[in-house]
Amino acid sequence: MKYLDEFRDGKKARVLIKEIEALVSTMTIPAARPLYIMEVCGGHTHSIFRYGLEGMLPKEIELIHGPGCPVCVLPMGRVDDCVSIAENPNMIFATFGDAMRVPGSKKSLLQAKAEGADIRMVYSPMDALALARKNRDREVVFFGLGFETTMPSTALTILQAEAEGIRNFSVFCNHITIVPTIKAILDSPGLQLDGFLGPGHVSMVIGTGPYEFIANFYKKPMVVAGFEPLDILQSIWMVLKQIKEGRADIENQYARIVPKDGNAAALRAVSRVYELREFFEWRGLGSIDHSGVKLRDEYGRFDAEQKFAVPNVKIADPKSCQCGEVLKGVIKPWQCKVFGSACTPETPLGALMVSSEGACAAYYQYGGLKRYKEAV
Amino acid sequence: MNVASFIRTRRLGKVNVDTVTLAHGGGGKAMKDLIDDVFVTAFDNHALAPLEDQARFALAELAAHGDRLAFTTDSFVVDPLFFPGGNIGELAVCGTVNDLAVGGATPLYLSCAVIAEEGIEVDVLRRIARSMAKTAKEAGVQIVTGDTKVVERGACDKLFITTTGIGVIRQRLTLGVHTARPGDMVLVNGLLGDHGAAILCARGDMALDTVIKSDCACLHGLIETLLTAAPGVRFVRDATRGGLATVLNEIAEASQVSIEIDEAATPIREDVKAFCEILGLDPLYLANEGKIVMVVPPGEADAALAAMRAHPLGQGANIIGQVGQGEAGRVTMRTVFGGRRIVDMLVGEQLPRIC
Repeated sequence: MKYLDEFRDGKKARVLIKEIEALVSTMTIPAARPLYIMEVCGGHTHSIFRYGLEGMLPKEIELIHGPGCPVCVLPMGRVDDCVSIAENPNMIFATFGDAMRVPGSKKSLLQAKAEGADIRMVYSPMDALALARKNRDREVVFFGLGFETTMPSTALTILQAEAEGIRNFSVFCNHITIVPTIKAILDSPGLQLDGFLGPGHVSMVIGTGPYEFIANFYKKPMVVAGFEPLDILQSIWMVLKQIKEGRADIENQYARIVPKDGNAAALRAVSRVYELREFFEWRGLGSIDHSGVKLRDEYGRFDAEQKFAVPNVKIADPKSCQCGEVLKGVIKPWQCKVFGSACTPETPLGALMVSSEGACAAYYQYGGLKRYKEAV
Repeated sequence: MNVASFIRTRRLGKVNVDTVTLAHGGGGKAMKDLIDDVFVTAFDNHALAPLEDQARFALAELAAHGDRLAFTTDSFVVDPLFFPGGNIGELAVCGTVNDLAVGGATPLYLSCAVIAEEGIEVDVLRRIARSMAKTAKEAGVQIVTGDTKVVERGACDKLFITTTGIGVIRQRLTLGVHTARPGDMVLVNGLLGDHGAAILCARGDMALDTVIKSDCACLHGLIETLLTAAPGVRFVRDATRGGLATVLNEIAEASQVSIEIDEAATPIREDVKAFCEILGLDPLYLANEGKIVMVVPPGEADAALAAMRAHPLGQGANIIGQVGQGEAGRVTMRTVFGGRRIVDMLVGEQLPRIC
């Protein structure tokens, strides 16, 4: 495949791994305390497991799989809200596919669909708008989910709905923002992180400027990384180089996609349609100030939270579940009390087991098993 | 009794309306006309001809093919009914023929039970029945008995077909999922994932234009060629729902072995790779309808490969991996990138990723 295969070249990977090993050999890294590098984005986690990158890296480097899987950080209460909206009579509830399986306190969207709710899997909010156009006598709600990556497409869909005067379309807005989340991670006690791989797709929208505080205030290096395996290896090398040279900068490995200032048109749509929520509840991380957005009042008629009765009940994460500590990199997935026993991909307790981008599911399915066994 | 002459003297009923209604499932003349017009006309053969409640065949005829009966059944509910590379009828014949053939059986007879939703066009049924007849004829099997039900709108999705098959396994042939041993080679007969990708595209909700066609095909000829060239073959299975990954996990589990495949050796069409890339799917889990996975002792792997490649349905065959002594039940893949990943069973349906 053009523009992909060149970033998956095994020969180049071997060269890069040698470079990484050479760099590591010039650094003093105690065996008991490897370098912890967090990839913030779930897309990176997916690639790391899909290509088996962890097994290729020297043991002095450990990757911590961060909170950047929007499906994983969705609290149970919000899933319950989705189910409640979807079960309205005369409703078509449209969602991205991988949100279907996230457990609510009683059921997932997949179960609600089996019980008769009209829940459709879509690839884009525009597909949901098309459903609204086709079914004028029914209400269509799109489940807006994701970081800044997916935020603009939802915003543009709302603007389109407004332009067309479509009245039977609304959005259940659960979009979240990355910066307060990284800040919350950096502020959490017990945290041991030496550097970050920055999210590629989010940065394509917001640019690299918003991360400067990570370097300036927290003195941690970050490299905004692409999603192909060579991108990730090169970014790890760049983080290592910063650590070795005692620098903390925001660097951009993914310059072929990520402009320094982001995407102006996308940012305009985002600020036109959304405003920050005072706080937003995250699974595993609790409430984080200003970490979510909602529709501005002038777009209230497209806001499913205003249009329909939403229970909005906060459901505590299961007590045994340690998703939060895993998300913050305080413990490894396999160190969680219920990993692989009470919590498996078939019966996920915590959200990290649900999506294939979740650190725990990825470990369980793609190859953390050996390490897990060593630890037991 | 010469049933063929009997059937030809009986006047076959005709359906004179365009769509199927509940009357066509009511057991009366309308139903008889539908069965005559659609199925008897298409499937015309000796065993079906008398239209008894069961097909009858002589034991001696069966025994000529081997010493054990193979018996299997499968239901087909594919949506859409017609897709690039095939249709539900062709699939229903190939699927059951293949389920017999992978056990080493010579497929002989099929049944065909249909559940039709009222409102389906009679012409659609005719086309599907003709396609079934053509596929069966090419495969050398006969559709000898059947059943037709019509249900209310909404009670099924247009058309469901169940085919049951009888075949005979020749003497001394014992293929088994539990027989893989360390050192054995794992082979496939060609490009993987075409059917799954073709169906997803044909549903139209992906808004993607591709040229991918279903690989739907009857594989008993290929399997016979394989078993002649490599009589020590341990196991053959068609990689239908759940794809290659699922079959490999079933083998590793049942034989208590590990299996490692090589991504670079695993044949997947560029279009299918690109399709999966865009949608966040994994081609290892996509369904096939004309692909088999085989476990072959190392000494016979080359012979098996050569024999398959010489067959029209095995031109893309390849050795994709090997059975090992690692953790029992574990399937891994050496990635093109140089890493290793676990290839696990899917938990549920494959759901596209958000970003």
